[in-house]
Amino acid sequence: MEKFNTHTDQAIPLNIANVDTDQIIPARFLKATDKKGFGDNVFRDWRFDKTGNSVSNFSLNNPLYSGSILIAGDNFGCGSSREHAAWALVGFGFKVIVSSFFADIFKGNALNNGLLPVQVSECFLTHLFTAIETDAKTQFEVNLETQSISIIGTDLSESFDIDPYKKTCMINGYDDIDYLLSKKEIIEAFELQKNY
Amino acid sequence: MKKTLFDKVWDTHVVDTIQDGPQVLYIDKHLIHEVTSPQAFNELEERQIPVFRPQQILATADHNTPTLDQHLPVKDELSRKQLEQLSKNCNKNNITLYELGHKYNGIVHVMAPELGITQPGMTMVCGDSHTSTHGAFGTIAFGIGTSQVAQVFASQCLLLSKPKSLRVSVNGKLKNGVLPKDVILYIISKLGTNSGTGYFCEYAGDVFENMSMEGRMTVCNMSIEMGARGGMIAPDETTFEYVKDREFAPKNEEFNKKVAYWKTLPSDEGAAFDKEYFFDASDIEPMVTYGTNPGMGIKISETIPMNNDPSFLKSLQYMNFEAGKSLINTPINFVFIGSCTNSRIEDFRVAANYVKGKHKAKNVTAWLVPGSKQVETQIIEEGLKDIFNDAGFELRQPGCSACLAMNDDKIPQNEYCVSTSNRNFEGRQGQGSRTILSSPLVAAVTAIEGKIIDITKQLN
Repeated sequence: MEKFNTHTDQAIPLNIANVDTDQIIPARFLKATDKKGFGDNVFRDWRFDKTGNSVSNFSLNNPLYSGSILIAGDNFGCGSSREHAAWALVGFGFKVIVSSFFADIFKGNALNNGLLPVQVSECFLTHLFTAIETDAKTQFEVNLETQSISIIGTDLSESFDIDPYKKTCMINGYDDIDYLLSKKEIIEAFELQKNY
Repeated sequence: MKKTLFDKVWDTHVVDTIQDGPQVLYIDKHLIHEVTSPQAFNELEERQIPVFRPQQILATADHNTPTLDQHLPVKDELSRKQLEQLSKNCNKNNITLYELGHKYNGIVHVMAPELGITQPGMTMVCGDSHTSTHGAFGTIAFGIGTSQVAQVFASQCLLLSKPKSLRVSVNGKLKNGVLPKDVILYIISKLGTNSGTGYFCEYAGDVFENMSMEGRMTVCNMSIEMGARGGMIAPDETTFEYVKDREFAPKNEEFNKKVAYWKTLPSDEGAAFDKEYFFDASDIEPMVTYGTNPGMGIKISETIPMNNDPSFLKSLQYMNFEAGKSLINTPINFVFIGSCTNSRIEDFRVAANYVKGKHKAKNVTAWLVPGSKQVETQIIEEGLKDIFNDAGFELRQPGCSACLAMNDDKIPQNEYCVSTSNRNFEGRQGQGSRTILSSPLVAAVTAIEGKIIDITKQLN
């Protein structure tokens, strides 16, 4: 996994609540047996109409917006556990997703793929959307070490929570398998003495 | 200290705790299927890590399978390759696989309980968010991502922070025609799609106590639709009776010993929950959804609420519905009875009981997709197939089918489908399709009428 520390970039707004993982990557694209190529189909049915034409007013298609930060509405990533959703967002080039609320499984999947979910207050989320609306070129800085997100050129910033263990993993590029394998002996001992 | 059912099962499975961090939780059973496992097998292979406990893993093929002509090679090349990959991976790693056509094949959340693999007090995971289904047995069961599938392959454990606890109690007597699906759709419509995020939910009260295991599975199945990673119901005589004598259930003295243990699992009187909700059974009616998330549900006799939120309006626009209007008399051309929510024998009995002696409306395509080979066999043995055939319904072969638009079974663009599945997201059943979630009874009635009708009038 890639290491993550500070990330500064422009952002793409997606001001829709309850974005589910079926929208992020529709099920018909889940037939692959590797992790590659999902980025091409991220938000497929919002980016393209049925005939394959690009939907010009969808923010990911709007030339006004660019960047590797996605700023999304409340309850992002609900629904299916498909990790393909995280692979698709990473594949498209996103490094950070900001929302006022994330669904559990998606949040875990994102963290396991070096994609940082930043949960902010609803009020700060509104500031973020307003900042992009005012100037699409606005830069945002996400600092994992200090756990803060700020709108560059303003004094607006907010801190965010992250599990300390997950933070260490992100900063160092470790994943859970490394940790669990280091616990093999304890796990084997547990198996021998479990009494349920 | 007084403990909840969830605490009791969780605490016995904690192998280790990281200071200020997650816990190492031991997983008893790991269910896998073709869609979310291949990348996990690849990961292990690349890192040269062996599968740690293959005998605790069970595989089935369900998401990406056809529901017609299962004896023939799978036509779609990508699907066929994905299924072949599952066979190869299981073979190589000594994992039991009930592949397409096997007498135990079926939707992972239907076949595992019916084989007695799901048992009270266990921890179970699967790369599928509806793993919450197994909580009906008093099991901690939840969906995981593919990275976590790889973690369980490697160590039979997961790193998790203990979720908070939530209890939803429903007491009283359910009205005639109100099914477990209506109960859970009602709960989600009241609490919303993210009320359970960060929580494990226990369902309590006499409504659940009086429910069959099939009904409890329907309820727990949809826990994830309110954001809860899992849902649980305390094991009782109904649970023990269901598990007893099933293929992989403990037998004789071992079974008795297990039952004695399982009886200790229900939440202690006075155990504290982080959040509690109470509902009255008599307030619940047959439900339908009108929007694009499972929380957007109403009683079939109600009208769509008014709301100016842009996401709400976007949703109604997608569904081509109007706020303030009723769904009654909406013409429906597609009906789907199936999915891990409602594809068990009881669901088909309910449908058959209503359909018997009637015929579907001309405009309707009505698909019945059993959750497993065993359910399919039961449908035939109980004579339900004849009833459905006479009524013009199409009984297909087991699989996830039209629940997720991944296999061949898709609902066409702009068409409504009254569906017993679990998600009404945009395009969930096919690009541009519009899903209305309901119970198998409402689905069966809709197929006969060719439109949504107010069945409460018939029932009362």
